[in-house]
Amino acid sequence: MEKELWKGNEAIAEAAIRAGCKYFFGYPITPQNEIPEYLSAHLPKVGGCFLQAESEVAAINMVYGAAGCGVRVMTSSSSPGISLKQEGITYMCGAELPAVIINMMRGGPGLGTIQPAQGDYFQATRGGGNGDYRHLVFAPATIQEAADYVQIAFDVADQYRNPVMVLADGMIGQMMEAIEWHPVEKRVLPEKTWATTGTKDQRKPNIINSLYIDPNLCADHNVHLAEKYKAMEENETRWEAVNTEGCQVLFVAYGTPSRIARAAIRLLEKEGIKAGLLRPITLWPFPGKALKEAAMQDSVKAVVDVELSMGQMIDDVKIALEGCRPVSFVGKAGGVVPTPAEVASAAKAAMGR
Amino acid sequence: MAIVYQKSKGLTDAELHYCPGCTHGIIHKLVAETLEEMGVLGNTIGVAPVGCSVFAYNYFNCDMHEAAHGRAPAVATGIKRVSPPGTIVFTYQGDGDLAAIGTAEIIHAAMRGEKFTTIFINNAIYGMTGGQMAPTTLVGQKATTAPMGRQREHYGAPIRMAEIIRTLEGCAYAARVCATDIPNLNKAKKAIQKAFRLQQEGAGFTFVEVLATCPTNWGMTPVAAIDWLKENMIPYYPLGVYKDITEEVK
Repeated sequence: MEKELWKGNEAIAEAAIRAGCKYFFGYPITPQNEIPEYLSAHLPKVGGCFLQAESEVAAINMVYGAAGCGVRVMTSSSSPGISLKQEGITYMCGAELPAVIINMMRGGPGLGTIQPAQGDYFQATRGGGNGDYRHLVFAPATIQEAADYVQIAFDVADQYRNPVMVLADGMIGQMMEAIEWHPVEKRVLPEKTWATTGTKDQRKPNIINSLYIDPNLCADHNVHLAEKYKAMEENETRWEAVNTEGCQVLFVAYGTPSRIARAAIRLLEKEGIKAGLLRPITLWPFPGKALKEAAMQDSVKAVVDVELSMGQMIDDVKIALEGCRPVSFVGKAGGVVPTPAEVASAAKAAMGR
Repeated sequence: MAIVYQKSKGLTDAELHYCPGCTHGIIHKLVAETLEEMGVLGNTIGVAPVGCSVFAYNYFNCDMHEAAHGRAPAVATGIKRVSPPGTIVFTYQGDGDLAAIGTAEIIHAAMRGEKFTTIFINNAIYGMTGGQMAPTTLVGQKATTAPMGRQREHYGAPIRMAEIIRTLEGCAYAARVCATDIPNLNKAKKAIQKAFRLQQEGAGFTFVEVLATCPTNWGMTPVAAIDWLKENMIPYYPLGVYKDITEEVK
């Protein structure tokens, strides 16, 4: 298949259209602006609607309204903007509405910086909004993966009636890479009989709602949601294992840091150290079992978590390893990216060398 | 025996939760009758707010969304923009929802000329949470968070939404009516009908503000509340049509 050169943000936008998404509501913020810009030009051509909202709060609530009508809809933003969308995300989880949300992460906290970072891991995987809810988080490490997983995300969202987030650091949005538009996995999806399309005087009204004022009903609703999240954990966890068999150093990294870790693996190899990488592709559900299996090999002397943050995913790494292995951390926050040499020397330090 | 009056098909059989003397029920009826008379119930999607009318989704006999506090105009925008032509969309919002937390959403929906109808219930108080001060609470009016009465120097004077909305070019119709007596309810019904008809014609954003009573949180009997509304609210919130693109408005 022919390869084409695509910028990450534009590939994400194009992928959404290819997944049948005709509607987008968003608000400008760097470093994701190419997504709304691309869609503002291309959605009208497919009979869809692009609308720039007055705020991220409004945009996510427009997504709520659109998703409730049963259409494929997407929004995108970057860290501070995603904070504003949290209200809508918890309502969508509560009301069981499918949609795709892109977070092209930048440095924080607060306004932070516009450079790439991964400081929103907690927010994305723990739920930045209120209540007991979860949503799937895909973490692409290449433009190809970004294009693929945006398309897959729409199917996953529809299958579970739940929003799905694609969480990438700004590097993925701004970088250009050669990709191919190959067909991605397709699912057999249930009909959206719950959507508000007008009763046509043929059925009882459909209601899109997250309010259960009777505590017993609200408790039941939470149990129902928890069962759905459990099914996601069982069926949707994804990861990539690189060179992990018999490795002495096990890196754990997602997104751009996973690429730095790959370069560090090659540096360590030259020094006779066998290093591997366990790369979560879904951050929630987190591939804890796979990680523990790799980390518990007798060969493993050090587990090194690499992030563009001050250490957030490391909590999930520690939970997965249940105290059976020490975990080291190397990372930088605020838009600064560690070099492969820095990551390699952190691994050697963790091995006691 | 001939049936001379019956409950609108636009309302479900659910029992209303509103307090005795509250005018929400009457306003629900006017909206429901309008949708039924237009024959559009099967193509209507309504959006309920957060506040006293939070359960409106149980009462209107059409597809409904329950929105986050103040976000109904954004939710309605999403619904209208993705729904097929002929879909009627409305929001039903109180004064805390529309004139405080959701001010940005209502102003921008009106600015864009979103083709839905907003029914705005102004009872000058937060009802559901127990009588706190609203942006529409009158100067001097007591509320649980303004026990000495709203003070102008502390909170400014109340916001007049119909007057603000009418300044936006995207607004096709803006009116203020009140739910106090039969003549005024007839006027309210006409305003609601006009708003939905203009929406159907694609004229733009349509807005009907309804002055309503809250006997419970005003601490009055229903009758006294109606008198209080007439004596205190109407002078500050004058009734009338503020914008109608199909007619010259004074």
